[in-house]
Amino acid sequence: MTTQLPPGLQLEKVDERIMTLNVGPQHPGSGHMRLIIKVDGDYIVSCDPDPGYVHRGEEKMAEYRNYIVNIPHLERPVIHDSCNVLYPYCLGVEELLGLEVPERAKYLRVIASELNRCVYIQYWLAIYGIFLGHSTMFMWPAGDRELLIDLLEKITGARVTHAYFVPGGIRNDVPANFEDMCLKRVNYFEKRIKEYAAIFYDNPILISRTQGAGVLSREDAIRLGTTGSTLRASGVDFDLRKKEPYDAYGELDVHSNVLKDGDSYARSKIPWLDMLESCNIIRQALQKMPKSGSVRVKLKPNPKGGNDEVYKRVESGRGSLGCYIVSRSQPEPYRLKLSVGSFRNLICMPYLLKGEKLGNMPAVYWSLNYWPVEADR
Amino acid sequence: MSAIAPKFRFSYFIKSILDNAFWAVTLFALIGIPIMMVLFFYFNLPVMNDKLTTPYLMLTTIADPSRQIPLLKSLIHTDFFRITAFPGFGFAALLAAATIFIERKMLAKLQLRVGPFYCGKIEGILQLAGDGLKLISKEIIIPAKADKPIFWAAPVLFVATAAAFVALIPVAGGGWVVADIDVGLLAVFAIIGFFPIITVLSAWSANSKFPFIGGIRALHQMISFEIPLILSVLGVVILTGSLNLSEIVQSQIHYWWIVFLPIGAIVFFIAMLAELERIPFDLPEAESEIVAGWLTEFSGMMYGLVQLGSYVKLYAFSALFVVLFLGGWNGPMVWPPFPEEIIKNGITMGPITARFPGLPLLDQQMLNDTLWFVIKTMGVIFMVLLPRGVFPRIRIDLLLHIGWYKLIGLCFVNIFIALGLLYAGVLGPGGIL
Repeated sequence: MTTQLPPGLQLEKVDERIMTLNVGPQHPGSGHMRLIIKVDGDYIVSCDPDPGYVHRGEEKMAEYRNYIVNIPHLERPVIHDSCNVLYPYCLGVEELLGLEVPERAKYLRVIASELNRCVYIQYWLAIYGIFLGHSTMFMWPAGDRELLIDLLEKITGARVTHAYFVPGGIRNDVPANFEDMCLKRVNYFEKRIKEYAAIFYDNPILISRTQGAGVLSREDAIRLGTTGSTLRASGVDFDLRKKEPYDAYGELDVHSNVLKDGDSYARSKIPWLDMLESCNIIRQALQKMPKSGSVRVKLKPNPKGGNDEVYKRVESGRGSLGCYIVSRSQPEPYRLKLSVGSFRNLICMPYLLKGEKLGNMPAVYWSLNYWPVEADR
Repeated sequence: MSAIAPKFRFSYFIKSILDNAFWAVTLFALIGIPIMMVLFFYFNLPVMNDKLTTPYLMLTTIADPSRQIPLLKSLIHTDFFRITAFPGFGFAALLAAATIFIERKMLAKLQLRVGPFYCGKIEGILQLAGDGLKLISKEIIIPAKADKPIFWAAPVLFVATAAAFVALIPVAGGGWVVADIDVGLLAVFAIIGFFPIITVLSAWSANSKFPFIGGIRALHQMISFEIPLILSVLGVVILTGSLNLSEIVQSQIHYWWIVFLPIGAIVFFIAMLAELERIPFDLPEAESEIVAGWLTEFSGMMYGLVQLGSYVKLYAFSALFVVLFLGGWNGPMVWPPFPEEIIKNGITMGPITARFPGLPLLDQQMLNDTLWFVIKTMGVIFMVLLPRGVFPRIRIDLLLHIGWYKLIGLCFVNIFIALGLLYAGVLGPGGIL
């Protein structure tokens, strides 16, 4: 075993025992990124995440398009969570342009974003399952997610890239029998995901593998600036839907799930609990939603913001997702910056993986609720 | 206008059939017949119609199918047939192929999908053939820094070792085993001991990081699970008093050993899963950590050979479980006897009467034994496949902990049970006292 190593990333030490593994971007267990892992036998000495393989320049692109044209490309970073990615942008632009969103649109936004959160978490869970070698946990969420995708397709017209939220409301109203259809599907979906506990979360082998792997203490979680499920798994009760309610969340009873352990098991369980909570929120929203009314404010063509800047953030599937817009009285934003949860959660990976076994690498890596494309923007 | 075959002409169709027929006849005459002549030269051909059959005379069987039966009968009892076809490699490869198909369909049902579906019209039964063709037609890529002779030899050695394992498994009573030796069980463990060597050789010769880690993992896993594997069988050997696998089966005519030694059976089963690198013990091939483990650098048919070898190994281990704990081929007679009148008078189909002198080819007892053996083996294979749909992968330290602490302890409990049964006078060598 190597002797004392300095903290952080500068762990270069010439030693014949240490082998450098290039995990990614062609590795089945990496995603669109690279991890440079140094191992001593079965123990990880250092881990250096190297994102940036799917950088698309979304922020720069946004400076050349007006506020409406920006909508479809800004949701690309996480197409599975497209409503939530677009949410802070729409909230910001509404504040810049001084738009008041109709009440019905607020509730429909909540429903769409919660459905989208479930779709995203199912996809994340499928990959977590296959990372741990559990092929049934890959197929079940990938199949059950179709249920909600079909529902979203009926609402928005697209399977994954919805472009449903626009500044000033939503693009179109829902179909006629939407409420019954949504309630039925959400109830069935809740019944299905409760079954996952028996095969995955209560599985003794899964517990033995993930419990105690990559423990992130409460202090470290706050210090490293993690967010979302990673933060809440470490015992910090921070959920923007509850702390800074936006749109209709203030009128709904939102329960935020917190676990104290801070290990991979807790981190993998929080999103699943979030899905159950999403089902509750959708049911509440369906009850309280106004039955009719307009869903969108009429916009001027090529709307211009004032000499202003605005920062809005929402709770996405991966945690706090912020959008900072600077306006200089132009139809285009002067500067647009996305602050994403994935990148903030990635930062703690080198700390968590140091000293872990190589077999724990996928369990810790994917439990951080990290989406490579979003981190690169 | 039909869009399916716009250039279809009936004359082309006839011509293609004639072409194919021409080549079939030509190739058979030039290659098939000489090969048959050579092969017949080496077999002891039977006496037919009071005449000693010569290779040339055997060719008349093409025209007269009833003459083929004595030939087949004489073929079945040759060593060549045993090694290549029935209790040997062909039978094992067939069951291994069935295993792959069952695995894919069963997993698909478990995971709410359909599995192979289109290839072969009926539930994708030809998927395996398609996959095999794909693997054969792929390019074989060898790493530039690999140790080439060893790298080439490893897949072949793997299949050969699995085939050697198969040769020791008795399938039916009356000597239906390739090698019936008195130290059969010992020979089985000697062959199992080759697998880690081949794995490490192939992993090391690839000269690549991920195969190397996979090979070391496989070495750890196989060596630490071989000990409980051997110890768990000791109970059976104590009660049977023999290492001969056929005798072990014969000792279970009344009761299977799993009734008296359930702990041994469970330990053997778990150690078997680890030896086979099946989920939850598929660490050497853990794709999310080390790509494909020691199989990473294999491509094309080399990979296909390793897969074939591992499924043949799966069959052999399951068959060994059946032989040791589930009574081998023992079972009630369910195979229907062959009707006497067909043997005597033949079958009359319209104006033609087909005669079958000397039927049946295989006796009723042997077919019944084989049936029971296959049913039990497929049952065990099913149980081996099932964890893949239920469990995630285990970690290497937990795996070694299970192997060295828990399973070895249980093995000694199992041996004490066997000794207790022996000294209490309930059971003794050779079965019930």
